[in-house]
Amino acid sequence: MHNTFSVVFEALPYLLKGALVTSGIVIGAMGIGLVLGIHMAVGQVYGNRTVRWLVGLYVWFFRGVPVLVLLFLFYFGLFTLAGLNLSAFAASTLVLGMTTAAYQSQIFRGAILSLPKGQLQAARALGMSDINAIINIILPQALRFSIPGWSNEYSIILKDSALAFVLGTSEIMARSHFVASRTYQDLPLYITAGCLYFILTWLGVRALLKLEAKVRIPGYSH
Amino acid sequence: MTESKEPVLRVDNICKILGGKKILRSVSFSLQRGELKVLIGPSGAGKSTLLQCINFLIPPDKGHVWLEGTEIQSRRKRDLYAFRQQVGMIFQDFNLFDHLNALENVAISLRKVKKMNRQAARDRAVAELERVGLGDKLGLFPAELSGGQKQRVSIARALAMDPKIMLLDEPTSALDPELIGEVLSVIRDLARGGMTMVLATHQIGFTRTLADEVLFMENGSIIERGLPEELLSPNSGTRSRDFCSRLDELYAENE
Repeated sequence: MHNTFSVVFEALPYLLKGALVTSGIVIGAMGIGLVLGIHMAVGQVYGNRTVRWLVGLYVWFFRGVPVLVLLFLFYFGLFTLAGLNLSAFAASTLVLGMTTAAYQSQIFRGAILSLPKGQLQAARALGMSDINAIINIILPQALRFSIPGWSNEYSIILKDSALAFVLGTSEIMARSHFVASRTYQDLPLYITAGCLYFILTWLGVRALLKLEAKVRIPGYSH
Repeated sequence: MTESKEPVLRVDNICKILGGKKILRSVSFSLQRGELKVLIGPSGAGKSTLLQCINFLIPPDKGHVWLEGTEIQSRRKRDLYAFRQQVGMIFQDFNLFDHLNALENVAISLRKVKKMNRQAARDRAVAELERVGLGDKLGLFPAELSGGQKQRVSIARALAMDPKIMLLDEPTSALDPELIGEVLSVIRDLARGGMTMVLATHQIGFTRTLADEVLFMENGSIIERGLPEELLSPNSGTRSRDFCSRLDELYAENE
């Protein structure tokens, strides 16, 4: 017979390993989203018609299709079709990364558009190329202003990562489900799973708040 | 300034249509070394657009710009960037880089455009900020500076690039009256030091004392030009004089 506390207690190291896997997916996905998202935002604001159209199409696609569908579509469909033999972990990370890139690009785009136009003018007047000005003047400010939106996106992707369960990634949800189905202690295990997600959300959002304070521009207020 | 040497800057037949409206109608003028030309005229006359067409921040529809006898090929990026380095520009609302302190605002273009090393850029930036009287404000960010201080940082930022000419677009128009003086005095020092400049302004007293030539713009054209004492004297009967006396009525000037 299983005692509720001992089940959770005994399963805890196993579930915590799942938390590491979840963290891996989320950090990987947010990283992919950051790099892709910045490029897409810059492309959408400063690019030519073709670039703007392509980015728009990408964003429209990834925002328009449910994450669960995307996971199946890529893992069982497109990745296989492309001859990629990815692990469930890699596939989940990549799909979530591509999805969050669409949302992150709009966070960054909004931040870029909120900057006073004159700074780009001033940079150009000093002889800076547009690329130089975007890297040295626009992005350092836009990324600062993106942190609150980014932290929101982090908490969303963290919870979406539970969907990786359906591909067989052994993250928090998959492991909780596995233990629950063997011990019939569903309630305590899913409460534990919920707590783990809650703690990861809290840690991440707190870290981002600290980062926001650390990079705040002195004297600057809205 | 009547020697017929080659002008530092020559602007010829600049035309610009924006939103279906003719903003500039064939504007031409030239600038001798050390000369200060002042653009005056009502708002909407095209002064700001003209200045921004000169360094191609707004690409003119027609017209040519020569710097020291060489025509600028604005379509060649390399030429354009090299040209802009030699043309300092001061904006009405400063346009400092908000995320950089005063020192870095001046140093960044030295490092990223002139490819100077960090220490050399820093030394030069300190020197320029001291020159505009901000040697004690190096570490302050734009949001921590007054309008007058911000404009002086932007002047230091432009000067650090060793420009051959400076374009100043109403540098004091966004300032509180009590802060105008500190910026004008920096510009006055520049003029006396022989800097070649085009200045758009409503500061008529300043214009009277320092301008080598006044260009009066209206509806996208320079409609009058001449020495300030000719154009702005009380009984000259010019359009410029008429405009200035109305400005004088608006602001009790204390130049």
